[in-house]
Amino acid sequence: MKAMREAYGEALVELGRSNPNVVVLDADVASSSRSILFKQAFPDRFFNIGIAEGNMVGIASGLATAGKIPFVNTFAFLLALRAADSVRSLVAYNHLNVKLAGAYGGFSDSYDGASHQSVEDVSIMRTLPNMTVIVVADEFQAKQAVFAAAALEGPVYLRLSRAEVAPIYAEDSKFEIGKGIVLREGADVTIVANGYMVTKALEAAEILTKEGIKAEIVDMHTVKPIDAALLFASGRKTGAVVSVEEHSIYGGLGSAVAEVLAGELPLPLEILGIKDVFGESGAYEAILSKHGLDKVAVAAAARKAISRKK
Amino acid sequence: MSMDAAKEQQLKTIAKQMRIDIVKMLHNVKTGHPGGSLSAVEILTVLYHNQMNVNCKDACNCARDRFIASKGHCAPVLYTTLADKGYFPKAELKNLRQLGCMLQGHPDMKRIPGVDISTGSLGLGLSVGVGMSLAGRLDKQGFYTYVLLGDGELQEGQNWEAVMAAAKFKLDHIIAIVDNNGVQLDGTLEDIMPMGDIGQKFAAFGWKVLTADGHDVRSIDAAIDQAKTVCGIPVVIIAKTVKGKGVSFMEGKNTWHGKAIEDKDFAIAMAELGGNNE
Repeated sequence: MKAMREAYGEALVELGRSNPNVVVLDADVASSSRSILFKQAFPDRFFNIGIAEGNMVGIASGLATAGKIPFVNTFAFLLALRAADSVRSLVAYNHLNVKLAGAYGGFSDSYDGASHQSVEDVSIMRTLPNMTVIVVADEFQAKQAVFAAAALEGPVYLRLSRAEVAPIYAEDSKFEIGKGIVLREGADVTIVANGYMVTKALEAAEILTKEGIKAEIVDMHTVKPIDAALLFASGRKTGAVVSVEEHSIYGGLGSAVAEVLAGELPLPLEILGIKDVFGESGAYEAILSKHGLDKVAVAAAARKAISRKK
Repeated sequence: MSMDAAKEQQLKTIAKQMRIDIVKMLHNVKTGHPGGSLSAVEILTVLYHNQMNVNCKDACNCARDRFIASKGHCAPVLYTTLADKGYFPKAELKNLRQLGCMLQGHPDMKRIPGVDISTGSLGLGLSVGVGMSLAGRLDKQGFYTYVLLGDGELQEGQNWEAVMAAAKFKLDHIIAIVDNNGVQLDGTLEDIMPMGDIGQKFAAFGWKVLTADGHDVRSIDAAIDQAKTVCGIPVVIIAKTVKGKGVSFMEGKNTWHGKAIEDKDFAIAMAELGGNNE
């Protein structure tokens, strides 16, 4: 098991080897984001901008206008908030080929507390036209997402995690931006998750199986554009949906799922996420449980969604 | 090399016509920013007609010089310049700010040939310029990146982040020009948020600081020539200007930052600028 950020940094290096246009920027957290691995491999194509995130995204935008493919690194909340105007007015508005990698998504920087945790980034990024939003679930997906983001012309937000999580995928698993992954088939309820919550959803499915409930687990790694076709197909089969995200319930995965279902397939939907509060310091798993983001809570939400079927 | 008298006269003529075109364009649509466009007329005239390596027939050439209107509300002066340089027909100027038009209220690189980056939200352009300049160095293209900054705009903190970065990376192919007209939307800089000695601030961050009379084409041209001789550090030219330059009732007036030009004002302005009333 490898920390996602380590896998991410290694993927950057591999990408940098095959594509000389890839450049990497960091705002004084290269040791944390692991973009330092790229610096060690390609010192001429790495730029440490110092503690100035808006400037970093602006510089990346300038590089992108000249054909470079900048990967921009800092903590997720800083990209979404401190650098927000550069992200909106430069990267998104101009459809620039800038990749924004938000390390430390959700509560994953757990001990540092609310100031460093990021529970609103997906919502902010999702609201920007032209922005593709990806929430990465494990080390292998991190690597695949780096390559997929580089291959996609245009702005991409990659939400990463500080946590060391057990891998879900094999190294050669298929990954396609905008295509959700059915990790487990079921007929009674669809559980849509992303990031580390995919693991929680899979654990909840085990609990539900013992009760005779067959849950279908979908990794919706791409929140935007969301895989509506998969949601419809799975929803029509199971008749009830649960969404789980390590993010505010406002504006993230749950909202995206609701927007899709509301128009065409208004099924019972339970949205699990952070209920309009900030985080706090503590052990990662303890914080997640406090906010109802563990297997027990997911299983309970699944039962509730099923009970709401007409 | 110093500008000869014929060139100087040619640039003056261009600048004079540009002022007329700007006021006509803004009067026509009754919306847009006259003040900060009129203050930058000579700066853009010198850049596009005597300094920059650009060609409308090869607008995306990798080696072209770049221009960033970081004070994006000077769109009218940029648009008249680009039209003059053949990037699009002058007829487009009539559609400024209208639904479906090319010429958005603020410069839009996706719609307008010759615009190197969209601007409008203040304080972002210098960061972009640093990025362009880094790319130019990586690719050994040798082009210059010119960034036009408003003096009021310098109140945005991100400018100073970019100032630090340009010095750190020893970028000597980025030339910032401050349109130092001393007036912002709500009043004078002195009243709203004094910037003190802008040149000293840049110098303290490691920039070479030059000054110019921002309404004297010869002075601006000489400063840019000098800027290009500087090695290893970025250069800023503080160009002293007058907001609304050329139209007596607009000069130095914050109220003309973004005010529509009505018919009676238009007639007076045209009389002063030597244009016709069409």
